[in-house]
Amino acid sequence: MLELIVFSLLNGIVYGLLLFMLSSGLTLIWSMMGVLNFAHASMFMLGAYFSYQIARYIGFWPALVVAPLLVGAIGAAVERYGLRHAHKHGAVAEILFTFGLAYLIAEFVVMLWGRNPIANGVPAVIDFPAFTLFGTSYPFYKALMMAISVGMFAFLYLGLKRTRIGLIIRASLTHPNMVSALGHDVPRIFVLVFAVGSALAGLAGVIGGFALLTEPNMAAALGPIVFVVVVVGGLGSIPGALIASMVIGIVQTFAVALDYSLLDLFGALNVQVSRGSPLYEIYSIKIAQAAPIIPYLLLVLMLILRPKGLMGTRET
Amino acid sequence: MRGSSSRDTCIWLALAATLLAAPAAAEVKFAYIDPLSGGAASAGINAQKHMTYLVDRLNAAGGLNGEKVQLISYDNKVDPQESLIALKKALDDGARFVFQGNGSAVALAITDAVLKYNERNPGKEVLYFNYAAVDPALTNEKCNFWHFRFDDDADMKMAALTDAIAKQPLTKNVYLINQDYSFGRAVAAAAKKMLTEKRPDIKIVGDELHPLQKVQDFSPYVAKIKASGADTVITGNWSNDMLLLIKAGKDAGLKVNWYTYYGGALGAPSAIGKDGIGIVKQISEYHNNALPELDPDVAAFKKRFTGKDDEFGYYRLKTTFDMIAAAANKAKSNDPVKLARALEGIKVMTTVGEAEMRADNHQILQPMFVSTFSDNVKFDVEKTGLGFKTDSKINAKDTALPTTCKMQRPS
Repeated sequence: MLELIVFSLLNGIVYGLLLFMLSSGLTLIWSMMGVLNFAHASMFMLGAYFSYQIARYIGFWPALVVAPLLVGAIGAAVERYGLRHAHKHGAVAEILFTFGLAYLIAEFVVMLWGRNPIANGVPAVIDFPAFTLFGTSYPFYKALMMAISVGMFAFLYLGLKRTRIGLIIRASLTHPNMVSALGHDVPRIFVLVFAVGSALAGLAGVIGGFALLTEPNMAAALGPIVFVVVVVGGLGSIPGALIASMVIGIVQTFAVALDYSLLDLFGALNVQVSRGSPLYEIYSIKIAQAAPIIPYLLLVLMLILRPKGLMGTRET
Repeated sequence: MRGSSSRDTCIWLALAATLLAAPAAAEVKFAYIDPLSGGAASAGINAQKHMTYLVDRLNAAGGLNGEKVQLISYDNKVDPQESLIALKKALDDGARFVFQGNGSAVALAITDAVLKYNERNPGKEVLYFNYAAVDPALTNEKCNFWHFRFDDDADMKMAALTDAIAKQPLTKNVYLINQDYSFGRAVAAAAKKMLTEKRPDIKIVGDELHPLQKVQDFSPYVAKIKASGADTVITGNWSNDMLLLIKAGKDAGLKVNWYTYYGGALGAPSAIGKDGIGIVKQISEYHNNALPELDPDVAAFKKRFTGKDDEFGYYRLKTTFDMIAAAANKAKSNDPVKLARALEGIKVMTTVGEAEMRADNHQILQPMFVSTFSDNVKFDVEKTGLGFKTDSKINAKDTALPTTCKMQRPS
């Protein structure tokens, strides 16, 4: 039992940190630019494919650096030559632009790498156990994933709160005219933010690519959950995104372990429910069966009860 | 200038229309309805290549009773509604033989539509050849004269898998994990029933249903499997649900045998990779090492289509074509009604053994293989260096199960 609890906790934290890796870039772009980037998960996917391709030539460690930089460069180009023009036409044009971009990237990936999952296994250089617990070895790459995720949080949080460039970025959001009057190039700052946000997604993709499956639908599969994290955490809040990711990861993981349904509750309360009772089907659903929809339940509840999210500063 | 170019276009269009229409005169049209776009397209496009290869092979051998066969493809995006539109188009195009495989929901919609169409249009009957939809209902309570299934249904596959498990004396605890929809539930129910009959001493330590294609992280499920003490896992999961499950099992150091329906499906061997060696087992009617050498058509297919994912995985489609050719030959006619009568009870010899089309419910009986993923094989799949090795072969007649079908034949 202890073993199950410890491993569930560990699994929950790892999954939560993976979600944070994915959503931190999105929340950064949202908080600094006010753009809801539907193509964010596609940048994650590009990171996975690029690192797979690059690692074949120069090995995993260099790919871990080069692939996110490449994705960041693509992000910069997208902002400079696409989003900037869409921006003039308002938020709807921006959302539609990123929406279309997500489809384009998915088709691009299909053309280059095919429709099926690619053989993107855990790279040999990091395919060893990190430590052994209850006689089970724990893979090193999961520890690496945790470390990168925590590093990302520190980088973003300290970078925005404690550095001069962070100060300018935050000022550009609320007072762009004043910032440019002071001699800063605001459009360039936006390019930088979008590039960094995309690069973070790309970095998450390098790890996520082999932790999950590298296939053309991965962006579509992960897109919804990332939005849940960002909304629950509070649009634009980096610490909020971290807390939301961890909560979702841990709650979902523990829910899977719970083989209880409402029937058990009725049994404990001595309420008689028979097979013919109305809504019997609903009572008999185990918590474990419903686990993967819990994040979406959380999303709906959050929007009803606290629309600005856990740590958000503005109403959505 | 403008006027003349548009007149030119008209002439070209007319010419093209004539060219396209011309060969239609003495041709038998095979309509292929499956996903060619969207998330499930890889399976549909792969099977379409099989169809292309097999139609060419049939035509090279003289076609059906001297008539050439033409293949027309329709995209249904694995959606029952889209499939009915595609079926309508196929009928308008003059097709009287329909092939479909992906998704039992689609199959149920098509078999129903074909039945109704044939009742209303005597003399213009259409046959439906199902090469992959495995819901047992299609050859039991929902059976009809116009539907023929060339894949083994979910229960037949489970019978073979549970036979294989029953032969493993060390198996003590079995865990069932399946997708929460009709097929996954059917797999779980069949596994429970058959295991209790065959090996009452085996304990079923878990019966898990998870949402269909929604789970990204299977490690909590694997932790549960591990805590249950299972030594064997049975799963009907397909695509990402199976690949992520096996991946999570490897990460957690789970030591179990995986008995799968789709461990050898297109894309799975690449994604599972070396993690599956010795533990992932599948049930199929063929695999590349089923025979000492590749089946000649599998070899010829691989010569023609050389992409990484171009595997002749639907061996049963070859059997399908062989049975249709034999039936057309026997009926001496390409009329769907006569051909359907000739198909009932027809037997053909395949390279892996004799196959038969049951007359009572139109379910194929063909040899099946339980095989294990291995790195020591003569012929690999998807250029991975890995492939499947036969554990046991089940003869065609041993795969038959009782049916509840009450076949209504046209008078």
